[in-house]
Amino acid sequence: MSEYIIETIKTGIIETLQMTFFASVLAYAAGLPIGILLYATAKGRILSNRGVNLVTGFIVNVARSLPFLILLVLLIPFTRLVTGSSIGTKASIVPLTVGAIPIVARMVESSLSEVSPGIIEAAASMGASPLYMIVHFILPEATPSLLLGAAINISTVLGYSAMAGVIGGGGLGAIALQYGYYRYQKEVLWTTVTILVIMVMVIQEGGNLIAKKTRK
Amino acid sequence: MGEVFNLEHVYKNYKNDGKEFSALEDVSLSIKEGEVFGIIGMSGAGKSTLVRTLNRLEEVSGGSVSFFGQDLAGLKPGELRLIRRQMAMIFQNFNLLSQRTVLSNVMQPLRIAGTPRPERKAKALEMLEIVGLEDKKNEYPARLSGGQRQRVAIARALASDPKVLLCDEATSALDPKMTGEILDLLGEINRSRKLTIVIITHEMSVVERICDRVAIIDKGKLAEIGEVEEIFRNPRSEPARKLVFPGNPFDPSDRDSRLIRLVFDGLAANRPFIAELVEKTGRKVNILSANTKSVGGIGYGQMVVELPPQKEEQELIIQFFKDGGLSVQEVKRS
Repeated sequence: MSEYIIETIKTGIIETLQMTFFASVLAYAAGLPIGILLYATAKGRILSNRGVNLVTGFIVNVARSLPFLILLVLLIPFTRLVTGSSIGTKASIVPLTVGAIPIVARMVESSLSEVSPGIIEAAASMGASPLYMIVHFILPEATPSLLLGAAINISTVLGYSAMAGVIGGGGLGAIALQYGYYRYQKEVLWTTVTILVIMVMVIQEGGNLIAKKTRK
Repeated sequence: MGEVFNLEHVYKNYKNDGKEFSALEDVSLSIKEGEVFGIIGMSGAGKSTLVRTLNRLEEVSGGSVSFFGQDLAGLKPGELRLIRRQMAMIFQNFNLLSQRTVLSNVMQPLRIAGTPRPERKAKALEMLEIVGLEDKKNEYPARLSGGQRQRVAIARALASDPKVLLCDEATSALDPKMTGEILDLLGEINRSRKLTIVIITHEMSVVERICDRVAIIDKGKLAEIGEVEEIFRNPRSEPARKLVFPGNPFDPSDRDSRLIRLVFDGLAANRPFIAELVEKTGRKVNILSANTKSVGGIGYGQMVVELPPQKEEQELIIQFFKDGGLSVQEVKRS
């Protein structure tokens, strides 16, 4: 491989990490509250509300059932509005975030649902408000499970970031596509794919380890 | 003494798959300040539902529950939360936060009440001392035994200085030795802090060990209520008899014989009644089961004996026991 390619791959790694990091943080900023809402408004839960639960659940399901590639294209006007451009690393963060939000929301909902109803009953018997229960009882109890979920979500975002290469996003995915697929440079294709696999593994195993450490 | 709880004609119905199910039916009772009140029944009898109506974790379908004269049904959510801080609850499965240390768990009710941090830490440490676990303050619940976890739950319950402690099958997940220790601790807290305690259980031994009064719940209805000693001596309802009578390991030898249960208290326990019966009347009885118990701190003995088939003989023997001051009850043959 030429020096130029190596430099390109290095830049690609940094871009991929940037996209994954920012998209994951933003997706959690929006997905965590939505997940909490889905959990708390479900039947029999602390803020049970059929209407809110149905509407939120419906939106999340629709967003989740769109194939990511279609979402990328659909969001081009929105991306341009937010970042001023529809290509490049910064622009890719927008569809990545939007695509990850419903996945994060469902994952958070499922983690919170694992918390024992007894814990919630204990909190209620102490006279805790619903908000207090969520912040001081439910979220802390669900932390190990939330961390495991986060490892899966971040890996998913990383995988999606490679797809953003198709519509002019940056990162390793774009390199694999341009050099490996269009130009038929197999060694570039395999190098980038290997790096992607390693990155996913590090994130997943790291997440598992942290989750295990937090579980008391 | 004042009344902590007053229940009047409480009903609770559940809807399950469109089918109405009645968990509580016309339950009226009151719980007095400073007493240890037991609520006993088989599983599914409605006792867990009953205790949850006391802090409105369950809404009643009919009737009223009042706490120091205040009807719980009329409270707004904020008011209910304030009232709940005066009643603490412990559970069969302890329900401690697994991701928080023992100390942090005990501080929770104070944190909810908005007590400043240094104060709540001091208070929590004081509570841990009462239950004898101050050295475990930095451990996580997973590292503790069941009995220790229940002690932490008790410390947590006491932290907010409640007026009443509700115990929902608090010893059912513990072995007999730990059960005894936890019950002794609850008894001690009842005496030293004048704390009213409500105990839900399915075990008569728990009631006998620490309760002053007991309500027997059967199929959602109040079967019997009264002093524990009185119910132990002379149970009137069928569910009470089932709880009080010892199981018979031996079947009666004769189909026409009659079974009776004899109860004698600590004083009478020194007299050899069966020997005297034989000596004075020449009649014999067959002992099917016998044991001794401590009920409310007084030693009681009880015995199920089989009487001979002849009617006159039976009457004579029963009269002999009654004259001796024993309490005698008929036992239905199964």
